[in-house]
Order: sequence, then C-alpha cells, then structure tokens
Amino acid sequence: MIKLLKTVWRWLDDRLGISVLLSPAKHIAPQDAKWWYVFGSATLVAFIVQVASGVALAFSYISSSSQAYETLLFITNNAPFGSFLRGLHYYGASAMVLMIGAHMAQTFLFGAYKFPREMTWTTGICLLGFTLAMGFTGQLLRWDSTAAWSVVVAAEQAGRIPIIGDWVARFILGGNTIGGATLSRFFAIHVFVLPGMMFAFIGLHLWLVFRHGISEPPVAGKPVNPATYRAEYEELLKKSGKPFWPDLAWRDVVVSTLLIIAIALAAFFVGPPVLDKPPDPSILAADPRPDWYLLWYFGLLSLIPERIEGYVMIGFPILIGLFLLFVPIWNHKGERAASRRPWAIAMAFLSVIMIGALWWEGQHSPWSPNFEAQPLSGKVVRATTGPVFTGAQLFHDKGCLNCHLVEGFGGRRGPDLTYIADELTHDNLVIRIVNGGTNMPAYGPSLKPGELDALVAFLETRKHSLRRQEQQTETASSSMAATNE
Amino acid sequence: MNTSLVESSSVPPTETPQEISRRRFFEKLSIALVGLCTAIIGLPLVGFIVAPFFRKVPEKWVTIGKPDDFQIGKTVAITVTDPSSLPWAGVTAKSGVWLRRVSEDSFIAFSANCTHLGCPVRWLPDAELFMCPCHGGVYYSDGKVAAGPPPLPLFRYDVQVANGEVQMKQAIVPISTTL
Ligand code: FES
Repeated sequence: MIKLLKTVWRWLDDRLGISVLLSPAKHIAPQDAKWWYVFGSATLVAFIVQVASGVALAFSYISSSSQAYETLLFITNNAPFGSFLRGLHYYGASAMVLMIGAHMAQTFLFGAYKFPREMTWTTGICLLGFTLAMGFTGQLLRWDSTAAWSVVVAAEQAGRIPIIGDWVARFILGGNTIGGATLSRFFAIHVFVLPGMMFAFIGLHLWLVFRHGISEPPVAGKPVNPATYRAEYEELLKKSGKPFWPDLAWRDVVVSTLLIIAIALAAFFVGPPVLDKPPDPSILAADPRPDWYLLWYFGLLSLIPERIEGYVMIGFPILIGLFLLFVPIWNHKGERAASRRPWAIAMAFLSVIMIGALWWEGQHSPWSPNFEAQPLSGKVVRATTGPVFTGAQLFHDKGCLNCHLVEGFGGRRGPDLTYIADELTHDNLVIRIVNGGTNMPAYGPSLKPGELDALVAFLETRKHSLRRQEQQTETASSSMAATNE
Repeated sequence: MNTSLVESSSVPPTETPQEISRRRFFEKLSIALVGLCTAIIGLPLVGFIVAPFFRKVPEKWVTIGKPDDFQIGKTVAITVTDPSSLPWAGVTAKSGVWLRRVSEDSFIAFSANCTHLGCPVRWLPDAELFMCPCHGGVYYSDGKVAAGPPPLPLFRYDVQVANGEVQMKQAIVPISTTL
C-alpha cells in the first residue's frame, strides 16, 4: 500500500512539479534570523485568516444597501458560528494591522530595508496601505448607522481635494447621497479589488524575499556597502546558513499558531463588534467613529488647528506615504544596527508615542460634546430651590453640561467649571455667557429674562471654599450619625 | 540566490537584420493588440464604475407636510425619501433634515450634515443650538456657526409652500467645504 502511494506521489510530483514549487521554502537563510523575524509570516497568516473568514461570511452576506444590515443580524444572531466568524474577521484584521506594525518596526530598526532590499520594503508599504484601506472598507461593510455616516465623513474629507474633490466625494457616495449604489461599490472594492492587489503584492513581496534573501541580523560597525554586500551575504550563507524550512520556519509556525489561538479566543469570548442602529440616514442620533486602527487619524484631525486642517487631511497621508516609500532610496547603505542609528530609534519611538497618544485621545475624544450628560445631582448643585437650583437646571437644559465638567460630571469639550467662580467675577461670567468665546456660542440672544441671572447664580457657587464647607458639613453630619448609632 | 540575478537573453546570437526587424514588428504588433484588448474591455468597465459622477439626478420637489404640521419658531427633524433612489436602496433612501418654521409662510430646511466633516448635527431645543457629535461644532438656530471647527453655516435646501403643501428640493449630501 505504502509503495503504491509512494509511486502515485512520485508520478504526481513529477507531472505537477510540487517539490520544485515548494523548493524555495528550503532556501538557505542566515541562522541568526530568529524570533525577531516572525512578524512577516504572522501578518501573512492573519491575511489567510481574513481570506478564509471573509469567504465564509460572503456565503450569507448580501451587499445590498437595503439588506446587508439584516444579513449581519442573521449572521450574528442566527447562523451557526456566525458570531464567531464575524469575530474572527474583526480580530483577524486587528491582528494583521498589529503584526504589520511589528514587522515594519523590526525591519526598520534592523535596517533590513537597505541595499538590496529597498523594493521589498516599498512593496511592503504598499501592502500596509492596502491593509488600512481594507480595514476602512471592511468597517463600512458592517453596514450600520456608524458605517453609513462614516461614508459621508469619508466623502466630505475627499471633497477637500482641490479640483477633483467633488467628483471623488460623489464617487465614494455612489451618487449625490447615500443610497442603493453606496454599499455595493465598497463591497466590490473590499472583496475583489483590494484583495486582488494584495495577492499580487504579497506574491511580489515574497518573491523579493527569496530573490534577495532574508536579511541577516545587523552587526554594529558593519555597514552595508552595496559594492560588496551581496558577496558577503553569499559567504555568510555558505558558512553558517540553514535551510529556512524547517530549521528557521518552526518559529514562524509557533508564533502563527499562538496568533490564531489569540484571534479565536477573542472572537469566542469577546465577540464581534456590536452592530449599531440600522443604516438609516434619517436617524440623526449617530456618532460615527473609525475602528481602532484609524482612531489615531481621527484624533489627529480633531486636534490640529482648523486653519491648516484641510492641508493636513490631504497632505499628511501623502507625505507619510511618500516618506515611507522612499526611505530606502535615500538611505540605502551604511550602518544597519539600531545602536548606531539613534535617529532611527528616535523616529520609531516617536511614531509609537505619537500614534499611541493620538489613539488615546481619539478613544476618549474630549472634543466631542457629551450628549448623555444627565442633570446635576442635588449633591453637586448644593441647593434644592431658588436661583442656584434653577441655574443648575438651565446649565443642563441649555447644553452647557454637554461641553463643561462640573465636579466630574458633563463633557470635556470646554473648560472644567468646577471652580469657575474662583477665576471669573460676576461681571466676567455675564460677559462670557452673553457673548460666548472662541469655542463657545453666545447665549445672549437665546436666554429669557431671569435665566442669565440664574445661570450666573449657579456658577458663582462653584468655588473651592463653598465646596470645602459642604464637604466639612457632610463629614460632620455623618460622624454625628455614627455617634448616635 | 544570486543565480537569478544574472540576466540571460533568449535571442540566438546569429540573426540576420531581417529576422531582427521581423521580431521587432511582432513585438510591437503584440503590444498594440494587448493595448486594443485592454481598451475594448477597460473603457466600458471604467465608464460603468465612474458613472455616478455623471448621473444627473432630476431635482424634484418632495412634499414634506402641510404648513400647519409645523409650529412657528420650532425646529424639527423630518425624514425625506429620495424620489429617484435605486429600488434596492431600502432605508438608505431616507435622509434626515432639520426643518424650521420661521414665520407663517417661511421655512428653512437645514442639511443635517455638519459642514466640517459631514457628521449628523443634533438640535438641542432648549439651548436652541445645533451640536455636532464628532468634533463639537455648534450652530445657532439660523444655521450660523456658533463654535467649533465648522467653516461654513449649515447648508440649506430650497423650500417652498405650494398648493397648501410644504415642499423641499431633494436632500443631497452637500460637499461644501473645500481647501
Ligand atoms: S464633523 Fe461636525 S464638528 Fe467635525
């Protein structure tokens, strides 16, 4: 039996050339390429998870503006493994973005983008762009209220491009407004166009990895010299190279297995992102936000001054893209070791800090009004009748609390007013409320007689001394109650 | 690894000039034919994809109610359904619009899209302000910018009172802010 199987295998292998096809897996690679080198393959594995889970989801998903939401509900709530699959696709995307980040950081810090691997890096940057575009279009296929409004936001951003902006915006919307044509075009882009490009570029990227070999770990004081590098690399492989499969590849398999387990656990225990309201653009209580991997960009756009915002919106991605694409062209030789490239360390470090900080800001978005702010409690107001009480009510009703904090309650868009009376006099408070400020509406015209006085009366009680007094009375009465007991 | 870097030519070294020019001709012919095939398939394809640019939608008046359905001085959300939507648009054919009755016969229909980045603004009736959830843009009841990043007042759609009905020109997403 075994003999027969062997004969069949030999015949198939001869006619199909399977061993030859797989032979690049056995190419000789530097033996020191160890745990730092696993992120590229982990990204590829995450991509495979995406393809597999995406194909499975497409069995039930209908890319029609009117039905997609219902099919998502069905997939999530009724289809066997549906929720798990959606989770796989979501956390798979997250894992892919994270692994690309790690892979890029490693390649950058190891100087692996230098001669002769410049185009390996450049094709990788294209793949980064495609992945982020996949992330964004994928979020839109989760066709709920957030997705529909995100399309509008994307169109408005595109609308700022000089000359062709309006066209691009209409192209994104699929017409003059969200409608029947909107979702199907994102579906086509997410499922056919971008994956097609990604397959092509992954092929090219891998071909370049084989063509130029896996870079050896850098050694300080051993700079890349394009004239001699290739010969040195060959020499190194001859001396101490190991076949990639299985001597080095086993680490990739271990890490990829851990990654898949992590994705599956997250999909199972945390579950897919919750669906928002239906994608009905007449529901105006929507608060569109990008998924986490683009949240930092949302943060950036919210924090930059309005004057330069349009330029940043369009120029920043172009500049970053160009910089990343061309880094290896102008910096293709010299030291590779991070210890000899302080600027490289600083840049990688700053990028992480910057993206992290912007992400954090995006997550908390203090610039967004708090529409859920509840009226202040009696404990905060410290009055149950009279103008202070009325003022506190007005402070909520007039929307002040949407943007201002009082003792930790309210919004963070404007300054914290917990102790505002220590800073502003009665007259200043009046002027501020009536005339507004740089980022505050003028309330003068909309306040009825008496309302201004009540608001000011309330704000005048926002003092350190009054709050302390209140706290002291509270402690005294509670200790008295304890003694009585 | 490096063996692949050696470029090899498959052209036999002994060739007559006629053979070379024949080869060049075939090369050019093939490239031209590939170009032609690409154009035959590609042009209609691109045309189909970019068609939305050129889809001229007839601007229709949509009835949104009787004047008495709306109180003077009040701003309310109304839902307008796109009369020229595609049959499979479903709920996405709807748009939300803020309608304000200013006086007996004057109405303002505000686009709900913030002029900053298009997020849906909300009307706070007690505060008489529109507020945007995305970056905190604020507008007064007449649509003028009160605070925050929006560069322009809220976009207004045409409204008219005709034959005892309040009508509005179809709601499109205004792409109002450019660089
Ligand atoms: S979209 Fe409204 S403030 Fe930015």
